[in-house]
Amino acid sequence: MSWETVIGLEIHVQLKTKSKIFSGSAVDFGQDPNTNASAIDLAMPGTLPVVNAEAMRMATRFGLAIDATINQKSVFERKNYFYPDLPKGYQTTQLAEPIVGPGIVTIQLENGTSKDVRIHHAHLEEDAGKSLHEDFHGMSGIDLNRAGTPLIEIVSEPDMRTPEEAIAFLRQIHAIITYLDISDGEMSQGSMRCDANVSVRPMGQEELGTRTELKNINSFRFVERAINVEVERQIDLIEDGGKVVQETRLYDADKNETRSMRSKEVANDYRYFPCPDLLPVVLSDEFVQAERESLPELPVAKQARFVNEHGLSAYDASILTQNRETADYFETAAKTCGDSKLAANWVTVELAALLNKNDLGISDCPISAENLGQMIQRIKDGSISGKIAKTVFEAMWNGEGSANEIIEAKGLKQVSDSGAIEAMVDEVLAANSQQVDNYRNAAPDKQPKMLGFFVGQVMKISKGQANPGEVNRILKEKL
Amino acid sequence: MHNLSVAQISQGLSKGEFSSVEITQHFLDRIHQLDSSINAYITKLDESALAAAQQADKQIAAGQANPLTGIPFAHKDIFCAQGVKTTCGSRMLENFISPYDATVVANLKQAGAICLGKTNMDEFAMGSSTETSYFGKTMNPWDLETVPGGSSGGSAAAVAARLAPIATATDTGGSIRQPASLCGITGLKPTYGRVSRWGMIAFASSMDQAGPMGKSAEDCALLLQAMASFDSKDSTSIDHLVPDYSANLNAPLEGLRVGVPKEFFEQGLDPQIAAQVHNALAEYEKLGATLIDIELPNSKLAVPTYYVLAPAEASANLSRFDGVRYGHRCENPSDLMDMYCRSREEGFGEEVKRRIMIGTYVLSAGYYDAYFRKAQQVRRLIKNDFDRAFEKVDIIASPTCPSTAFKFGAKTDNPVEMYLEDIYTISVNLAGLPGMSLPCGQIDGMPVGLQLIGKHFDESLILNAAHMFQQATDWHTLAPAFADNTSEANGGAS
Repeated sequence: MSWETVIGLEIHVQLKTKSKIFSGSAVDFGQDPNTNASAIDLAMPGTLPVVNAEAMRMATRFGLAIDATINQKSVFERKNYFYPDLPKGYQTTQLAEPIVGPGIVTIQLENGTSKDVRIHHAHLEEDAGKSLHEDFHGMSGIDLNRAGTPLIEIVSEPDMRTPEEAIAFLRQIHAIITYLDISDGEMSQGSMRCDANVSVRPMGQEELGTRTELKNINSFRFVERAINVEVERQIDLIEDGGKVVQETRLYDADKNETRSMRSKEVANDYRYFPCPDLLPVVLSDEFVQAERESLPELPVAKQARFVNEHGLSAYDASILTQNRETADYFETAAKTCGDSKLAANWVTVELAALLNKNDLGISDCPISAENLGQMIQRIKDGSISGKIAKTVFEAMWNGEGSANEIIEAKGLKQVSDSGAIEAMVDEVLAANSQQVDNYRNAAPDKQPKMLGFFVGQVMKISKGQANPGEVNRILKEKL
Repeated sequence: MHNLSVAQISQGLSKGEFSSVEITQHFLDRIHQLDSSINAYITKLDESALAAAQQADKQIAAGQANPLTGIPFAHKDIFCAQGVKTTCGSRMLENFISPYDATVVANLKQAGAICLGKTNMDEFAMGSSTETSYFGKTMNPWDLETVPGGSSGGSAAAVAARLAPIATATDTGGSIRQPASLCGITGLKPTYGRVSRWGMIAFASSMDQAGPMGKSAEDCALLLQAMASFDSKDSTSIDHLVPDYSANLNAPLEGLRVGVPKEFFEQGLDPQIAAQVHNALAEYEKLGATLIDIELPNSKLAVPTYYVLAPAEASANLSRFDGVRYGHRCENPSDLMDMYCRSREEGFGEEVKRRIMIGTYVLSAGYYDAYFRKAQQVRRLIKNDFDRAFEKVDIIASPTCPSTAFKFGAKTDNPVEMYLEDIYTISVNLAGLPGMSLPCGQIDGMPVGLQLIGKHFDESLILNAAHMFQQATDWHTLAPAFADNTSEANGGAS
């Protein structure tokens, strides 16, 4: 039987506010335990929450960015459960009336197609603290620095069918929140966290299968692995006559397996009810309108512009717009060299590979966009070949100067002078008379392939600097 | 000295008849002599009170006195006061020292008032008799065999016994008005949002409201003046101008329309109390007011509605008392669950546990719609009743309680009977309205209270109506014999 995978994601995004969602404590990571924890964060008796307006603003902007309904009246509720790093014994969150209603996120796939993923809603809530189990001699330590950090939880509909789609969706959310500058979106730091709801069903069946919720997926890479391993588990289970149990499962990246955490049947009854300490938050038309008007150009719009203005493929455009810095980098390089396609190629292939290899982000890239643009321009004007360009590129990466400086200093400028090239061609033809005869006796359809040998020899003599077009032309003439 | 009004004390201080240190010492002496018989105080603050009194005397000498500068008072032990034990009447917080001041505490410090100590209360303000306190029951100074009411029984008994001229209190379902009624004093629950809840340990957040207790409306006006403020730290605090509550105390009541809800004179009301309240209403007619019959048809649903909503909120509000960060933690927990269970089992008393259970139940999956949501809807109906009534009347008058103070233990075995103590007061909290109790008579030497209910933010009118009644009658001037039962008074015999 063939199976269809159904995936929905719940993404928690920490907002980059200065202070916490309900207290004035700083949101600032890496500090000593409990130094960013006030009486409110400690849930001291008698303390009360006050909503951080900036968190409301950021959530509103996210909603507008995904073209969602903004609920101008939203309500905070208490989600009740006991846990040592949850100081009040309830999490203040939104349920029935979240700030962001249904919306759409469009994802671009590698095959050039796009797909709309529906967003069920996104709500604001507070993060919990952290329980520390090491170095406490069998006891546990509680660090409440993180408690009260504002989060938006983005809940998608089960609209994704492959892990690739899930990753594309996650990347698109990442792009949106970083464009809006409302979050660092660092999965490794936990400022963006992803839970995946995964189920399988026989191909063609409409009814959804029983889902499991995968937790602890803390990198883009693991999204694919975790979903794949869980899908395999579910299919094996069903094909062996078993049934999938609705439960939360933990993804173990080291063992590449999912493990049952707790079963929903024995899960808490969270007893949600509206928080009486907080009034419903009401956003005015003017506020929403002003936020809408001040949105930056968003990934989808930028993608469309890159396709229309720069003539890029939809896929390249989606890769280049995954974060604002990359998009800006590309645009600067393209503008400098005047060739968007070449610029896109260099950014998505050579530059991306080096950045990846060195585990660097675009903002830490040692080659400035202007320098890359200058180098591409030199390719275009025939000063250097594509092959030489790679040498120049590596030298720029190593900090040896601008493209022009390196070309100058290393004497890498392409030889296009026909006299010089003719001399080199003559030298090659003289040294390889047997091959010359073979070529001349060969059938015309075999000749182009055989020409490559001579071109290679000439390029070798010229140390790669001969203009390949010129070499080809003169070789053909002489042969 | 201890029978003086706040205004009289203030005058005495400014005229130099006595100092703040002297009057503070006078009240502290009385507390040390008498409080062991009524247990109104959980914590006595002699040292800090005298230090503050010294400061107050300097301020008075410098001519910088406010109306409350140098005036002694007591705080209900529900308000967090920095560096002071704040127990909320619970073993859970037996040793809890607050790291910060409640806004009410800060406001009164700012006003220059002298805190004598912190008063006893039903545990976490849950009760109508102060019998649920972990620190022992408080006795009603009018009859030491009876309860002072609750939950602000300590504050009410302290004022009645002249162990403090005025005291702070809180009212979630009647916890200011019912003990005021039972102890023969005056107490006002302001409009919800008038006094900041910051630092006031929460019972039911949507109804909790702090207010003043005193011997008279005039004293309550002065204390409310200092307590009330808009507070950005409390999201439910309302940014509404704080008027001069003393300014209109003497305004004539000519033409005042007083609503009399028939439902508050029906079933369960002691006929003797009904008679006393009718006498008070007749007094208002003499003062020029008109009595108008009104209906509050949904008021019969107030007690059941309250006992769904208040426990629901409380069940979440009390979750923070988990033994993790502060408060009672059991000995040698075997694991986390054991720590939670035993810390809460040992730290909370029976009534608190009962309400946590009720609240947890009504919020549970499958019961939420039938209980919590329904109760919220009824709450709206109750509020609508008042809105309609206030279209025809300026103020509403009723008995505060169905009976006078009852004997210890009389209602402890039957929680529902205890809950019915608040039958006339609870709907006011559900509607967020201001309400007051003032003494209007006595039955067999025990005080009877009259309740006045106003429109939102109409505290001034309530205080005015109460003050005019107190100008015309002297029920509020009566003190229990216990108040004069000091060694001073007995001095001649020794």
